[in-house]
This record gives sequence, structure tokens and C-alpha cells, in this order.
Amino acid sequence: MDLELMTNSFPKLLSAAVITLKLLSVSLIIGLFIGLFFAILRLNKNILINRFAYGYSYIFRGTPLLVQIFIIYFGLGQIEYLRSTVLWVILKEPYWCAIIAFALNTGAYTSEILRSAFQTIKPGIIEAGKSLGISNKVIFHKIQIPIAIRQSLPAYGNEIILMMKGTSLASTVTIMDLTGVAKYIISTTFKPIEVFIVAGGIYLFMTFIIHNLIKFLEKKYSFN
Amino acid sequence: MELLAFGDTGWGDELFYATLMTIAVSITAMFIGFLFALIFTPLKLSKNKFLNFIANSYTTIIRGVPELLVIYLFFFGGTGAVMFVASIFGYNEYIEINAFITGAFAIGIISGAYSTEVFRGAIQSIDKGQFEAANVLGLNKFGKFFKIILPQTLRLAIPNLSNVWQITLKDTSLISVTGLVEIMRQSYIAAGSTRDPLFFYSFAAVLYLLLTFVSMKLINRLEVKYSRGY
Repeated sequence: MDLELMTNSFPKLLSAAVITLKLLSVSLIIGLFIGLFFAILRLNKNILINRFAYGYSYIFRGTPLLVQIFIIYFGLGQIEYLRSTVLWVILKEPYWCAIIAFALNTGAYTSEILRSAFQTIKPGIIEAGKSLGISNKVIFHKIQIPIAIRQSLPAYGNEIILMMKGTSLASTVTIMDLTGVAKYIISTTFKPIEVFIVAGGIYLFMTFIIHNLIKFLEKKYSFN
Repeated sequence: MELLAFGDTGWGDELFYATLMTIAVSITAMFIGFLFALIFTPLKLSKNKFLNFIANSYTTIIRGVPELLVIYLFFFGGTGAVMFVASIFGYNEYIEINAFITGAFAIGIISGAYSTEVFRGAIQSIDKGQFEAANVLGLNKFGKFFKIILPQTLRLAIPNLSNVWQITLKDTSLISVTGLVEIMRQSYIAAGSTRDPLFFYSFAAVLYLLLTFVSMKLINRLEVKYSRGY
């Protein structure tokens, strides 16, 4: 055990963890909106819209995240037309490419989580709202969405942890996140176990925090 | 389309073999995962606190740390570890472990942590009466496990194991960083030499979709088989 290397690499890895958290939070926020949007499309009775939303989530859940990042980062840059548009400002940055891939990926999973949450809401609750003369729009915003959020908290907590692990793939497109820096230190010192313990410890700590945060929210928003 | 031709002019045959490689690694990893689950599920269910702690550390660490980091640990650390063990037995030459074994092992350990949780959940949700009934019938431990508990565990576990299979299949794409020529690595090579990444990575995505689609169909049939009588 090389304790000196462990203490030396700790601050470097910790500052890289900040990048991991940034990637995670930005993609989760964007992903939540994408997820909500597609969950609502999934509840639509129009088969075409429904199929489209299902196709989106099927494709993003059925392929590895690595392929998605590579298509966006390496693939889209190949289209000449895109290079001449404003979009190129975003797409030439590996950071934003990673975030787009993460957001689309987590959006697909989130849409499934939210859809099942919407579908498990008891019809009686909606009917109760209707009988009180509340408009459909208000029922959706004030009754269905809060209940759905509560229902989907446990599953969404898992998704946050999965996504945090997913952000490690940003290191494959040259971003120096926690895994990127860990790999760099491993490949220069050839001390994989020491670095793994420190980097893995930081990841576990973040998992622990997220896990407890979700538990706290679950308690706070529980029905009883 | 000519990019996908078989033979020297296209990448069709290379990608075909790469797909077989992905399937082979996934199945091997899933199998290694089952072996790990076989060891750790009893530890999780055991009444001994220490054994519980070992099993819980395994599943918590593996499920809380990114797959890529685990793969790097095995990729950079695997050779060292094997050489260390070999040196105890007096073998001091350089040993190179091949990428298939390292990769399958790394993914297997990850998949094992998920499988352990699935089996634990399945065994715990079997009615206590089933264990008691088996005892009453005078079945020995062996018969009790294989005739009564295992078939019911499988029925409950298969839907969740199919999720583990999907995760494992997709995780094998990460082994490409170690140089094993599976779908992702082959697409990377093809994209590099033809300068057509969009096409090859999209094609890789289609291959993965095909693999998940076909395996889901097969698993559904298995599910029907094990839910007979329900």
C-alpha cells in the first residue's frame, strides 16, 4: 500500500469529483424535463405520439451509454451542415456532448419511471378532483404531478445513482472527471489498487449522500 | 452499404465477429456473475453478522462505484495480481492475461452484485410455508433446495435477471477500453479508418438494440416456462 500516493492524489480526485457532480446535476435537470415531456407523450391516446415516445425510450434504454456519447461526440461532428450552424458552438465541446448524451439517456429512464407513476395513480383521486369542479389542467398540475413525484422517488433515486456512475463515461471523451483523473493517475503510477480505493471511496460517499437525501425526501413527502 | 460488405472491402465480417465476441463476453460475464451470486446470496441470508457484512460490502461497493473504474482496476491491476499469486508459487516470468478474461471477470463481478440482490429478494419472498412443507414431506436439504426452493426462486427471479442481463450486455461495451475487439472497439477501428464515425456508431447502436430485442424475446419464453401453474 502506497499511503503517500493515496494522500497526494486525494485532493486531485476531490476536485475532479466536483466536475462529476456538475455533469450529474446539469444532466439530471435537463433529463427531468425530457423525462416529464416524454412521460406525458406516453400517456397520450394518439398511437403515433405514443409510439414515438416509446421508441425514444426503447432506443436509449436498449443501447449502451458509451455508444450514445460516441454518436453525439464523434458522429454529429461529421455532418458538414451542423458545423455551419449555431449548434456547433455546443457540439464541438466534449463537455456539452457528454451532457446531451447523459440528459437524453436519463430522460429515457425518467420517462418510464414517471409514466408508471402516473399510471398507478388511483382513478378515484382524479375523479374526486373532478367532482370538486377543479379543471383538468389544475388536476394535472396540483394533484397528478405531486402524487407521481412521490410515487417515483425510490425509483428515481436509483436512477440518480446509476447516472452518477454513468458520468464516468465522460472520461472517454477527454473530460477529466473523477474517473478520468483516476485513470490518469493509475496509468502514470501503475498503482491501480490505491487509486481505486480513494476514487471508489469518493464515489461511494456520493452514493451514500444521494441515497440518504432520497430517503429523507421520501419520508418528507410520504402520505401519512 | 458497401461499408458493410463481407470480405476485404467492407467491415461486415469484422462487425459480425465482433458481435459474436460481445455475446460471448456477455454470457461468460453473466455466468461468472451467477457464480458470485451463488457465493454471496447465502452470505447475505446468513444469520452471522460478519458474513452479512462481507456480502453487503461486496454489493454496496460494486453497485456504488462506476463500472469503468472497476474495469480500469482489473485492466491495470489484473496482471500484477496474477503475477503476485504466481510468484508465491515460484513463477516469476511476465504473465499477460488476455483481454477477454480480464473483461469478462470485471463485468462478471459487477453483474454478480446485481444478481446477488435479485436472488436474495426472490428467496426472501418465497412463503415460509414452502420451507416448512418441504420439511414436513421429509425432503433432505438437497431435495428441498432443488425441488422446492430453486424452481420458485427462478420464477420470481427471471424478470429481474433479465434486467441484469440487459445491464451486463450494455456494460460489455466498456471493455472496449481494454482493447478487446467487441462491437464498440470494432466500430471505433472502422470509424477511425473510414472517417465515418456517424455510420459505424449508429450501426453499433442498431446491433446492441438487436441483441437486447432478441434476448428479451428469448427470456420472455423462459419466463412463461417457469410460470407454469400460476
